Amino acid sequence: MIKRYFLSIGLAFGLLAGAVTAHAEGPELPSSGAGVGDQASLQRGAKLFFNYCVGCHSLKYMRYSRIASDLGLSEQEVMDNLNFTGAKFGEQVVSHMPAGSAEQFFGKAPPDLSLEARARSTDWIYAYLNSFYLDPSRPVGWNNTVFPNASMPFPLWELQGVQTAVMKPAKPGQDPEVEKLELAHAGKLSPEQYQQAARDLAGFLEYVSEPAALQRQHYGIWVLLFLAAFTFLAYLLKKEYWKDVH
Amino acid sequence: MAGVFMRIGDWVSERAPGLGPMYRKHMTEYYAPKNFNLWYYFGSLALLVLVNQIVTGIFLTMNYNDSAAGAFASVEYIMRDVQWGWLIRYMHSTGASLFFVVVFLHMFRGLLYGSYQKPRELVWLLGMLIFLVLMAEAFMGYVLPWGNMSFWGAKVIISLFGTIPVIGGSLDEWIMGDYLPADATLNRFFALHVIALPIVLLLLVVLHLAALHEVGSNNPDGVDIKHGPKGNRWDALKPADGIPFHPYYTVKDLAGVGFFLLIAAFIIFFAPTFGGWFLEHDNFIPANNLVTPAQIKPVWYFTPFYAIVRMIPSMFGTAVWGVLAMFGAIAVLFLLPWLDGGKVRSFRYRGTGFKVALILFVLSFFGLAMIGTDLTDEIFPKVFGEHIDITLWDNVFGRVMTAIYFGYFVFLWAYTHLGWEKTKPVPERVTTHD
Repeated sequence: MIKRYFLSIGLAFGLLAGAVTAHAEGPELPSSGAGVGDQASLQRGAKLFFNYCVGCHSLKYMRYSRIASDLGLSEQEVMDNLNFTGAKFGEQVVSHMPAGSAEQFFGKAPPDLSLEARARSTDWIYAYLNSFYLDPSRPVGWNNTVFPNASMPFPLWELQGVQTAVMKPAKPGQDPEVEKLELAHAGKLSPEQYQQAARDLAGFLEYVSEPAALQRQHYGIWVLLFLAAFTFLAYLLKKEYWKDVH
Repeated sequence: MAGVFMRIGDWVSERAPGLGPMYRKHMTEYYAPKNFNLWYYFGSLALLVLVNQIVTGIFLTMNYNDSAAGAFASVEYIMRDVQWGWLIRYMHSTGASLFFVVVFLHMFRGLLYGSYQKPRELVWLLGMLIFLVLMAEAFMGYVLPWGNMSFWGAKVIISLFGTIPVIGGSLDEWIMGDYLPADATLNRFFALHVIALPIVLLLLVVLHLAALHEVGSNNPDGVDIKHGPKGNRWDALKPADGIPFHPYYTVKDLAGVGFFLLIAAFIIFFAPTFGGWFLEHDNFIPANNLVTPAQIKPVWYFTPFYAIVRMIPSMFGTAVWGVLAMFGAIAVLFLLPWLDGGKVRSFRYRGTGFKVALILFVLSFFGLAMIGTDLTDEIFPKVFGEHIDITLWDNVFGRVMTAIYFGYFVFLWAYTHLGWEKTKPVPERVTTHD
């Protein structure tokens, strides 16, 4: 009887795990390997974000003070190195670009990135940052294979270098498709270093999309251990009480 | 110390003499069959989740803003700036999905062991009403975060009422209070979600339990312990196979609660979105009536019913048939005690036809869920090749599943009322227990 229970519980867990992993939407993306567990990586990601992204993109639900406490930085460090907008320490990260002119520049106001990692996925951000290429037909001169015809120029080009697209032979009546991207001019970083930078940035945005992830993973282990002990004791209690049921 | 408690107890019972007998009727002298198995945990677990939803819900309302302009930001405020707000929100959102998990299993238990059969028809009807109210409650709660999936999900579900001929269009506007889901919609859904429906739900749960304790619980053997031999260790006139609910089933359910919380806590702390099933990716984008999500589909627990809508084509110039079929899929469950004329309750002693039919019925439920979640769009090309016409395959598969779903009830009626069922002998007493 007990054996059968364990079998069915195991089966249920297997189905659950299958359901969780099977739920991929859109084309499958390579794993970025980014996460919120590595504080040094999050700090590097924050630095990249505030040097290259915040000019256009806000994180309107994220406070500078929260970044400081979660990433192990002092108020001084954050205000000197990350806050270039003149905001107060307790205020949210709001880009200085006026929405009206942003729309004029790019055709579409740059989106707020507070929840980008939860709306798209961390792997998507990582892949996106690796997939810009030069395309003279686009208004800002850049295109992206993960997000075709995105209106965003590529601010990290000086780090990655400049990629160009190798096109597949076009089928009649259709636009040619990109076969692969090639690095035409090297940037300041080697390809490996750039991938790490993209990983750091994607990880930072994952953290920004859910700062509570740090807390829930921290407390989660203890909650599970407590509940395991509780369940075991409750099971022993049940056995004791049921001794006289024949 | 004990004397003090006794004196308080006496003081209370002098003034409210009914309380003691009520406690005994529902707890210490409620004799439940001693052979409950795994399937019998889900009733008490549903009650646990209901309490969780109410308690966490109270705390969420303290910081939630029920306006179209402020709802989305207030949820992020809860997630980031409210102390432990993330935990309260995840307990509520995970609780919503787990509510349906335990309720589906609880209902399946009823089908498996014939718990809806005479004399428990009223217990079943009240339970079905709970299920109906729960679906309305869950739908309105899903709209409140005002993400893009909330908005478009609300629009699609409300538009189901718009298919009703003549009055449909005005009915839609009446429900929404606008031409689209908007501020007015959110205000009223919030009011219904936090006050109106929970009160109805609590009342129905009390009645469901009261009706159950009047007739007594069924059990995996489907044996009527009240009609069996009398006399147990506690009472010479009570069923021999019954044991007091408290303490025996309270301690047993406590162990079940511990195990359930272990699973719930794992989800809350390590996979709160559950891979996009419990909290969907598109719902982290604020509601936007100009941008449609790539796929609009309801949350997983509505998908089997939603799939039925999609499978029934428009006929005679109206799309109301699919909506009728969807509501019919729920309504037909209400009739189950009268559709099933079986002489035997438990799966263990019923005819082979019943066993096969029940298994097919469960498979059709999963099959419809696969259609409703668009999982078939991923699976069919992998199984049958990239070149197949997915819409065609979806429709064929989905219509077969719909036919099996409704076929279960037709078959059950014919099988039992026309005397085709060959049952096994039911034992006098309950067989196994732990």
